[in-house]
Amino acid sequence: MIGHVAEIAERVRAGETRAEDVARAALARIDALDGGEHGLHAFLAVPREKVLEAARAVDAKRAAGTPLGRLAGVPIAIKDALCTRGVVTTSGSRILEGWVPPYDATVVARLASEDAIAIGKTNMDEFAMGSSNENSAYGAAKNPWDTSRAPGGSSGGSAVAVAARMASAALGSDTGGSIRQPAAFTGTVGVKPTYGRVSRYGLIAFASSLDQVGPFATDVRGAARVLSIIAGRDERDATSRGASVPDFEAACGASVQGLRLGVPEEYFQEGLDPEVAASVRAAIDGLKDAGCTVRPVKLPHTRFAVATYYVIATAEASSNLARFDGVRYGLRVEPTGGDLRAMYGATRDQGFGREVKRRILLGTFVLSAGYYDAYYGRALKVRTLIARDFDAAFGEVDAIVSPTAPTPAFALGEKTGDPLSMYLSDVYTLPASLAGLPAVSVPCAPTKAGLPVGLQIVTPALDEARGVALAAAWEARSPARDAVPPLAR
Amino acid sequence: MASYETVIGLEVHAQLLTRTKVFCACSTAFGAPPNTHVCPVCLGLPGALPVLNGDAVALAVRAALAVGCSIRAASRFARKNYFYPDLPKGYQISQFDEPFAEHGHVDLEAAGRHVRILRVHMEEDAGKNIHGRGGDSIVDLNRAGTPLVEIVSEPDLRSANEAAEYLRTLRDILLFLGVNDGNLEEGSFRCDANVSIRPVGEEKLGTRVELKNINSFRFVEKAIEHEAARQEAVLTAGGRITQETRGWDEKKGTTFSLRSKEEAQDYRYFPDPDLPPLAIDEVFVARVRAESPELPRDKRARFAAELHLTPYAAEVMTQHPRVAAFFEEASMLHGDAVRVANFVQSEVLRDVTTHGLTANLPISARQLADVLALVDAGKISGKQAKEVYAKLRGTGASAADVVAEAGMAVVSDAGAIEALVRRIVEANPRQAEQLKAGKATLFGFFVGQVMKETKGSASPQVVNDVLKRVLGL
Repeated sequence: MIGHVAEIAERVRAGETRAEDVARAALARIDALDGGEHGLHAFLAVPREKVLEAARAVDAKRAAGTPLGRLAGVPIAIKDALCTRGVVTTSGSRILEGWVPPYDATVVARLASEDAIAIGKTNMDEFAMGSSNENSAYGAAKNPWDTSRAPGGSSGGSAVAVAARMASAALGSDTGGSIRQPAAFTGTVGVKPTYGRVSRYGLIAFASSLDQVGPFATDVRGAARVLSIIAGRDERDATSRGASVPDFEAACGASVQGLRLGVPEEYFQEGLDPEVAASVRAAIDGLKDAGCTVRPVKLPHTRFAVATYYVIATAEASSNLARFDGVRYGLRVEPTGGDLRAMYGATRDQGFGREVKRRILLGTFVLSAGYYDAYYGRALKVRTLIARDFDAAFGEVDAIVSPTAPTPAFALGEKTGDPLSMYLSDVYTLPASLAGLPAVSVPCAPTKAGLPVGLQIVTPALDEARGVALAAAWEARSPARDAVPPLAR
Repeated sequence: MASYETVIGLEVHAQLLTRTKVFCACSTAFGAPPNTHVCPVCLGLPGALPVLNGDAVALAVRAALAVGCSIRAASRFARKNYFYPDLPKGYQISQFDEPFAEHGHVDLEAAGRHVRILRVHMEEDAGKNIHGRGGDSIVDLNRAGTPLVEIVSEPDLRSANEAAEYLRTLRDILLFLGVNDGNLEEGSFRCDANVSIRPVGEEKLGTRVELKNINSFRFVEKAIEHEAARQEAVLTAGGRITQETRGWDEKKGTTFSLRSKEEAQDYRYFPDPDLPPLAIDEVFVARVRAESPELPRDKRARFAAELHLTPYAAEVMTQHPRVAAFFEEASMLHGDAVRVANFVQSEVLRDVTTHGLTANLPISARQLADVLALVDAGKISGKQAKEVYAKLRGTGASAADVVAEAGMAVVSDAGAIEALVRRIVEANPRQAEQLKAGKATLFGFFVGQVMKETKGSASPQVVNDVLKRVLGL
């Protein structure tokens, strides 16, 4: 079983374990758990030779007396939406099948510069559009707590890789909840940083004004360490922020005494699974025991979040996905006797899955002449109102706590026929995304059936450290701490 | 029968002369092998993001200030969405409802027309489709991402001739600013024209037709003339003008329909979420203003007022920024701008070739100034100066060396000239007597004889002096 981030890094740095041995152990677990018909299918690509090469390079570096980085030898899984030089990157889509990027995403390069081992590329909903992993063109990953259930999405593969201890940490991307919801479904820690905190360079865009890369890990400390490394200004991303990056790991164990927690009334209404509600309430009580105070807050525009999100995200997606046209890379389908338009049509028809097409159509519609103001223009205004809700709430409280998702992991196939009910599984994560705020999902007590539940902690912009501190404080008391799915033990 | 007036508004796309592209660090050099100046950003690879080139902003602001625009403190980039193989991302990054500059003007001297500028915005150029035989096409993305400004005029122009003057004026402005190389053939300066006609006296604009991608000033003029005539024929025959986009067929000399208004694309503009709003503060604007080169009209005025050139000479000396710089430098070195201008006009200009911002000048300003100084010093004659210039062309040689080598040193030795003059006077006693008797026109006869004998190498001043002395005038 692959241990926590900090444990592995400290042992490799101290020479107690070789990076190559860790890498071999991780590959062996992937072999045992991930492949085949009954496997978890968290990975879309595992570049075995590159992994071992990278691990041996870390060992050689140590042998040469060069100090090792903060992620020395730590196996980290990379969501397939992130470009990796020389390793196939598909973003879960048929249209990019076999595409090998000539460059690394900034976050991937930053992990490597701290001697992490990129263990493989993880499964995801196509172009990060989905909440269950079922929109992957390569088949859904399975939830290791119950393989008949969805691992969540879109970063489901990353969540599963960490939950089943095939990797200590993983990178995901979160547009409307794509890190937090799968973290909640799989009993892992997931962080969606402030918009602009982490470079998007090399992240295949879904919705540019919402997309943000963040970590999954087996513990809060591991997620905090990875976040410290990937965060910070990148000259290649004009939307990345120049704010200084604190050592988020130092926030683990920081006192939360006196912090004021807000519980949004709107999040505890119909649609919320009672077991999830009880588990989250217990976690909030746990934070009260740790010295926090709790009060209700109002986020009155929450009910518009789903509609607002699906206008803005699809609008941006319709434009972002225009580059997949069969001209320069990826799939090209040329109908015999067809012209350029026929090539565009056939390529995109065969290359994109149903949900992606649905969102391109929606997005194209809301940006169309005559509809722009009524949809896209209005959605931008509502987005501002949602952000103001949070501003107002943060005038009274230091963090907002809620369930991450309204239900535990649902069954594979349960919602695929009903896009709207699928969209609603992100109802608690969307508002923070629209407001660009950081949020952590940390495991709380499982349901009677043994399914994980996540507590979401939203903090003010650039205050990930406070979220990390609260998550760590709860983790220390959580009955779900260090819980590993039976099949992965 | 109603008489019509033509109403024209022009949209000019001008490439900005930055070293690198507008949203990545690739070179903008023209003429490289296809797809060699490309990177993940300008190829539109998945995951790549644009980062704005500050140099492009500075040049764009320089251009906008030169056409009198005010600069917005905050503007936005927007995506213009359409599919085309030369457009790697499936959208062009442009500006839409918040351009960086607006409300300017360009004054046309010959036409006496004040043309208002509606707006100036920045955008990226597309690549180029190269259509081969057999239906195959290739795409060259070297040009994709080259910075452009689009300068949009109000419909203030009233004839094809005015449109041409506007374009020449604008091209000269951009050329002198070092913002654009004015090269229509290479596509770095492109123009679309909106043309409509209306009965004289009518205030309301007629239905406009957009003429696209016309690649020379002459064709712009012809296309507009043809289009105005076509519209007049349609109206005269009782028809209606349809709003459409038309192209120009050079061979047939006619415009032809490209697409109708109904077929016009919906570009679905929206703010580009990858780029923060463009903030241009007053300090930046002031710096750009201070660093802006002199505009052609200001240069002309100064050459006339301070260097005493005729308006015509001032015009000629400002036909190209490198010529103007050459003239100014030579004038500075020599001291007499009028003589420099005369010599440049009569000798140098016919050997000058220009290509965009560069000009092939046959000699350096230093060489030119030295040639004229040798004339001043009486070392060579004006006629010899032309020969010296001819020998200096394309060489780095010094004027003095050329003169010495060619044995052209002027005969200004008064003794040698006096001997010659005496010989000529003796050979022409009758003319000498008549001149002494007051027939002044014969003075030129003797000067001419001396010059003939010396093959023009005698110093005219010395010849005059000696002649007067010998003949006792």
